[in-house]
Amino acid sequence: MSAISAERTAPATGRTASTLELAGVSRWYGNVVAVNDISMSLGPGVTGLLGPNGAGKTTLLHMMAGFLAPSRGAVTLDGRPTWRNPDVYRRLGLVSEREAVHTFLTAYEFVLASAKLHQLPDPTAAARRAIALVELEGAQDRRIGTYSKGMRQRARVAAALVHEPQVLLLDEPFNGMDPRQRLHMMELLHRLGDAGRTILFSSHILEEVEQVSGTVQVMVAGRLAASGDFRTIRRLMTNRPHVFAVHSTDDRALAVALMAEESVTGVELGRAGLTVRAGDYGAFTRALPKIALARGIRVRQLLPEDESLESVFSYLVEA
Amino acid sequence: MSTVSWITARGLFGRRRFLLLLPLPVLLVLLAVLSRAFGVDPGEWGPPVLVGLGLAVVLPVVALIVGTGVLGAEIDDGTVVHILTKPLPRWQIVLPKLAVATGVTAVTVAVPLYVAGVLADSVGLGLALAAAAAVGALAYSALFVALSLLTRRPVLLGLVYVLIWEGLLANVVSGTKVLSIQQYVIALADRLAPTELLEAGVSVPVAAVMTALISVGFTVLAIDRLRSFSVAGETS
Repeated sequence: MSAISAERTAPATGRTASTLELAGVSRWYGNVVAVNDISMSLGPGVTGLLGPNGAGKTTLLHMMAGFLAPSRGAVTLDGRPTWRNPDVYRRLGLVSEREAVHTFLTAYEFVLASAKLHQLPDPTAAARRAIALVELEGAQDRRIGTYSKGMRQRARVAAALVHEPQVLLLDEPFNGMDPRQRLHMMELLHRLGDAGRTILFSSHILEEVEQVSGTVQVMVAGRLAASGDFRTIRRLMTNRPHVFAVHSTDDRALAVALMAEESVTGVELGRAGLTVRAGDYGAFTRALPKIALARGIRVRQLLPEDESLESVFSYLVEA
Repeated sequence: MSTVSWITARGLFGRRRFLLLLPLPVLLVLLAVLSRAFGVDPGEWGPPVLVGLGLAVVLPVVALIVGTGVLGAEIDDGTVVHILTKPLPRWQIVLPKLAVATGVTAVTVAVPLYVAGVLADSVGLGLALAAAAAVGALAYSALFVALSLLTRRPVLLGLVYVLIWEGLLANVVSGTKVLSIQQYVIALADRLAPTELLEAGVSVPVAAVMTALISVGFTVLAIDRLRSFSVAGETS
């Protein structure tokens, strides 16, 4: 396993920035290790926590938010533990994945209640500001029970932002949102990150992370597989060997021709056709039709194998 | 009214399970009114209606529905996270919830018990039953709020306590009466308005001390458990 480290550029900010620190954090349930020896330091800006379902992202976020004790290691916010320490919520906000809201309240009542529970000096103004931030003013006096999933999510974000926390943790914030709501949420996270807040959001969808975050932490099977600049990790993901199943009118002749192609790293001739390994996805898929055409071979089938996110992630662990 | 109690009360009355509270108190009053109207001797209908139904069923069952509703329901649907992610000492969450649970239970049970007590004997008995039920509501609520944090099945365990321990064992093994809130309530009501209708199984000092111990003990336990409240990882 290798970790790619990248310099984190902290944006200029007038507020005191908060740092969320994880030192050798593990969490296990009986014999099952959900999070395995993770260390990271989160500073201002937007960070994406990327990983397939079941990688332990939620467990990690719950430990960061003080809702779970680490079995080993320590999670601290500005040097103080998050576990059994309600005081951290003055600087930390959480939007959990579970779509749990008080459906009997209106968004305004819900956010106002949050402001009051935070004992803010002017809860009304804070609630209005937070609702405006997520652009929910038009629907703020309707019961949350009547909201769409995306609107509920925004109400929850408003409640989590009402005390202007330095650190905001969001678990799969884009789940169930339509493209427009998604875009809006992405812009919001960007703005918050640019304003010097520490934003961490989890996602199992590569593209979501790509659009929001410059920095990513990739988690696979409870471990931190890679961390650093998104483009570096993306390049690693794109340049990994790809496997294709190819079936043609003359598999043997095609295999011979393909071996001469630079982007191909291996060919296997089987009963069902060819299994081709290519180092460069684009170069191979462009070269194949030309090679086949030149030799009068007709390609009947071209299937990329094992393109699941899980396989991409596990490649990263091995890389 | 604190924000926590406001949200708790809204949550309690906003859920359909609140309607479950109505039939039992109505039944209690109805039976008392019918017995009185048909001229049945209070010595005959008093004990089964006041104690058998009122103190042994209506009080604990209403306390169970309300007590597990103020916190257990929020834990079940996950909304508790909204209250927990606030910089509040945990006693500021437990105490308002306990106050709402006790208040709602006390009002729901004390009113029908007062009416039934008046019909059976006198205003004195009605007031004694209402007051003792309010004290019992506190002890039961503390127990059931704490149960919500100790187990994922607070309603089931609460029912086992009420039906098996208080209802069954207390009649067979007399020693178990020392740990029965129902017996404390009977003893306290009997002390406030002595009648033939109530038969106390424990002494008044035992009832008073145990009620205080249970109320305080389970409240402290609930506060401590809420400090270490864990959310189970759902994707792991």
